[in-house]
Amino acid sequence: MKLDARIPTGPIEDAWDSAKFEMKLVNPANKRRHNLIVVGSGLAGASAAATLGELGYNVKCFCFQDSPRRAHSIAAQGGINAAKNYQNDGDSIYRLFYDTVKGGDFRAREGNVYRLAQNSVHIIDQCVAQGVPFAREYGGSLENRSFGGAQVSRTFYARGQTGQQLLLGAYQALERQVDAGQVTMIPRTEMLDLIVIDGQARGIVARNLITGKLSVHLAEAVILATGGYGNVYYLSTNAKGSNATAIWRAHKRGALFANPCFTQIHPTCIPVSGDYQSKLTLMSESLRNDGRIWVPKQKGDKRRPDQIPEDERDYYLERKYPAFGNLVPRDVASRNAKAVCDEGRGVGETGLGVYLDFADAIQRLGVETIRDSYGNLFDMYQRITDEDPYKVPMRIYPAMHYTMGGLWVDYQLQSTIPGLFVLGEANFSDHGANRLGASALMQGLSDGYFITPYTVGNYLASSKLKDVKASDPAVQAALTATEQGIAKLLSIKGKRTVDSFHRELGKIMWDDCGMSRNAAGLRDAIGRIRALREEFWQNLNVPGSGDDLNQSLEKAGRVADFFELGELICIDALERNESCGGHFREEYQTPEGEAQRDDEHYGYVAAWGYTGPGNKPELTKEPLEFVYVHPSQRSYK
Amino acid sequence: MSTAVAGPREHRAPSFWQSTNGKKAVMAVTGAILFLFVVGHLLGNLQIFDSRERLNAYSHFLKNLGELLWIARGTLIVCVVLHIVATVQLVLLNLKARPVGYKVKKSVASNYADRTMYWSGPIILAFVIFHLLEFTAGTLHPGAPAFSEEDVYYNVISGFRVWWVSAWYIFSMILLGFHLRHGMWSMFQSLGMNHPRHTPVLKQAALWITILIIGGYISIPVSVLAGWVR
Amino acid sequence: MKLTLSIWRQKNPGSKGKFVSYPVEVPNGEMSVLECLDVLNETLSERGEEPVAFEHDCREGICGTCGFMINGVAHGPMPATTICQLTMRHFKDGEELVMEPWRSRAFPFVKDLVVDRRSFDRIIQSGGYVSVSTGNVPDGNAIPIGKDDADRSMDAAACIGCGACVAACPNGSAALFTGAKIAHLGILPQGKPEQDRRAVQMVAQMNAEGFGSCTNIGECTGVCPKEIPLEAIAKMNHDYLLGAWKERKSVVTAIAPVTGWEFGEK
Repeated sequence: MKLDARIPTGPIEDAWDSAKFEMKLVNPANKRRHNLIVVGSGLAGASAAATLGELGYNVKCFCFQDSPRRAHSIAAQGGINAAKNYQNDGDSIYRLFYDTVKGGDFRAREGNVYRLAQNSVHIIDQCVAQGVPFAREYGGSLENRSFGGAQVSRTFYARGQTGQQLLLGAYQALERQVDAGQVTMIPRTEMLDLIVIDGQARGIVARNLITGKLSVHLAEAVILATGGYGNVYYLSTNAKGSNATAIWRAHKRGALFANPCFTQIHPTCIPVSGDYQSKLTLMSESLRNDGRIWVPKQKGDKRRPDQIPEDERDYYLERKYPAFGNLVPRDVASRNAKAVCDEGRGVGETGLGVYLDFADAIQRLGVETIRDSYGNLFDMYQRITDEDPYKVPMRIYPAMHYTMGGLWVDYQLQSTIPGLFVLGEANFSDHGANRLGASALMQGLSDGYFITPYTVGNYLASSKLKDVKASDPAVQAALTATEQGIAKLLSIKGKRTVDSFHRELGKIMWDDCGMSRNAAGLRDAIGRIRALREEFWQNLNVPGSGDDLNQSLEKAGRVADFFELGELICIDALERNESCGGHFREEYQTPEGEAQRDDEHYGYVAAWGYTGPGNKPELTKEPLEFVYVHPSQRSYK
Repeated sequence: MSTAVAGPREHRAPSFWQSTNGKKAVMAVTGAILFLFVVGHLLGNLQIFDSRERLNAYSHFLKNLGELLWIARGTLIVCVVLHIVATVQLVLLNLKARPVGYKVKKSVASNYADRTMYWSGPIILAFVIFHLLEFTAGTLHPGAPAFSEEDVYYNVISGFRVWWVSAWYIFSMILLGFHLRHGMWSMFQSLGMNHPRHTPVLKQAALWITILIIGGYISIPVSVLAGWVR
Repeated sequence: MKLTLSIWRQKNPGSKGKFVSYPVEVPNGEMSVLECLDVLNETLSERGEEPVAFEHDCREGICGTCGFMINGVAHGPMPATTICQLTMRHFKDGEELVMEPWRSRAFPFVKDLVVDRRSFDRIIQSGGYVSVSTGNVPDGNAIPIGKDDADRSMDAAACIGCGACVAACPNGSAALFTGAKIAHLGILPQGKPEQDRRAVQMVAQMNAEGFGSCTNIGECTGVCPKEIPLEAIAKMNHDYLLGAWKERKSVVTAIAPVTGWEFGEK
């Protein structure tokens, strides 16, 4: 298979404009005759559904939650980047583009990233007009802060709830279209299969989670905006419901899956406290601006932190990276935390944690200053751990956070199945091997508000789409297969619960395909995942029936997909014999222990094709070209 | 799937009076008028501490207002009726809003006065009827052989000398106090006049104004019983 | 620590429900209430019983999915805390926790601790937005907004739509939820042009859904995990009263509440 990314030729500054100009348009009167399906109602899904509705298309939007406003975009804390240069500190579209490509460790497409940086400025305008209450200066203009080690202040924010406010903006725009009759919102409904007819995506099979009823929804194009697959790891900062079922089932229908091993671990989360742990809570990255990270020098030192004298503490980030210190990028901070804990120097009862100490900052700036900057985060920490971070150092540990990989899409955000578009975290396109802070919100909204509305129209206007009826054999086949899949899960009647399988899968993934990976571990992990999957299909116990709200059944279907996706992540990680961004292979590191890229052999996107149950997936490579930003070794010394 | 685009709005919306907010606004406005009456009435009554003549003269003045008196009485009656009708309708609506109740339900923020509006109201109404029968119509005259049209002072003193009349009066006034304490800042809230800066001040003011008013009213039976006013 | 959970079990709206007591062992005060239910559900599943259905998603207190009554208080005893962030250390050994779903006519019952809150979506749908289409906007800094207004708007915008206000209100009123959106948008210049229509339509929808009336007692604010101030309700009343007058000639319509789950074709 040959992948055509359809990146416009010519200067990168004009690429998106010329691409837009070349797109075919749908006659306004014809738009209402086109039915579109949007799956997912987060930033990307809600903004796409709203905008397509505004343009006059007939849209159906699905979400598994009880309301589109619950999508996990809502939990993003920090902010959203935009190259507005309101602070006059030298920011520009080109600089944001440059930072993102470099931050992604040269594994993203230049064309896509440049367009993302261009759209960033429109996003802020759009959100302000919708009534998003961004932080303001006393003079009334928008306030910015610097975030995630960026050298310019380009992050817009609404307290610690930027994701919430942006999502509510998109949600309100969506509800406006629901009221106008342009969008039909279908909540509590989960997509279980993609209907492909004549090679084109023509609809979905969905299950209502309350009644258990399956239904078929047909359309001229299907847009997936269902988020990432971090929950393969069981413990992550994702919402409990976040799942990969929609993209995975689309993958099984022919959409290639790109760079699955590019996963991001966030360094500052509250550590695990016990076996019952259900998810991990993120503490904003901004804490590293003032907190100092340390562990005891001595192994197994169980003294209270205040009893460990200064000269027996190891401020390991400051020691190893004198230039960046505690502000090294996420992947570097995470790996180093794991390394000291593996040495047996971790803190807390489980030994899986490091101290994030504010004592110096409090002494230097005063309690009040620290309270102003981080008060709500400290409160949240205290609520969960019952420790006062003003007096006792915080304990933090890395956690699975974001997945840069996803379904392969071209410049038009179309997957390898014509008519199937993939947006936001669900696609792979913009962040390469590592995502910078405050960029995820930007990508979701750029895809939804400013890209898909053009590219979907272009697809509709330039494709031949025959009439499809629910009686079509392909539709009925998809429906039957879905029914059988559910019946199978219910019929096993084994001994183990879904969560116990999920937790075990997550542990394998975290141990062998988490912050650092090696070939032997990955091979071993693949074997263990397969064995566990065997057991899953023999010994799973799903109580209840399929005809009403059955949360165990929902989870079972999702975990079944996580098994297959988890294996693919390991296969991809094993195939990529280099370290880059979030993917760190122990065999490939510099003498100082930093990630060593191999641009010559691995400067490509790895797009995997599904070849049937149990078969080895097929790899297709999309070579990456860097014309504007030249690959260099990242160094934070 | 239908391709016709049509908004899903089908119902004609509730009118101002039918809406909960509209009714609350009516309650606020009528409540405010009744509050003004309560203040005015108190100022008039306090003349009892001056002299028999002053109070009787005041009463005489009121009774000879002619049409004006009936306009005032009419306004008050309309206010009372609207206030009560709105309340009853809202209570019925609110009962329907939670068809299945809780096994355990605790209050976390509201105070006693807030939660007793529904039954302080009816008792105050019963009191008002009794009060009108005693001092305006003269149908009831416990403690006196007959009601005097001219000597209001006599009616008051003879009435309040009966312990249970005073007790009933004081009890009702305390309830009125609860009612006012909630109602006084609540009417600002219902009319949309509320601000983070003013609300705490308003709530404090409501409490002190209430204490002042109720203290004023209660001082009359207390003084009569104590023999300070005879 | 040993506790008893007394949980409302009801299979569907048609069946009869009852409280069922489950003894649970809590290993660690850092465990959240939802994790405690997770562990209970694991035990129930292993015994072949149906797990307790409860809603949850982000478990960070921001999505608004979770929520039920614990001992008569929406989201349990800790102020400004959703159930998912409520840890077990706030309960005493041997305590009984009574867990009930939100009770409101406008939140039809679904199963166990789950109710249907689509009425909230319809209230937003009826006018809780700024009518601006994608692309048709000025520069973000074109309209200055004072910090105070931006902050007050943000206070109201922090609403997570969990429904605790309705659950805690003795009248089952949705005034705080509706008021929060009206205040969020009404305070900002972007929301001013539609201020009157928005208030009138959202209040109309709130009433059409069968929520009760507001008695200004503040139970809603008391349980609100985001501590939305009561002033939001005053803002709603203010905008509604003015709006009802200015829009007195317009025909206001409301959306018919939907309780079924039928969409699409088989």
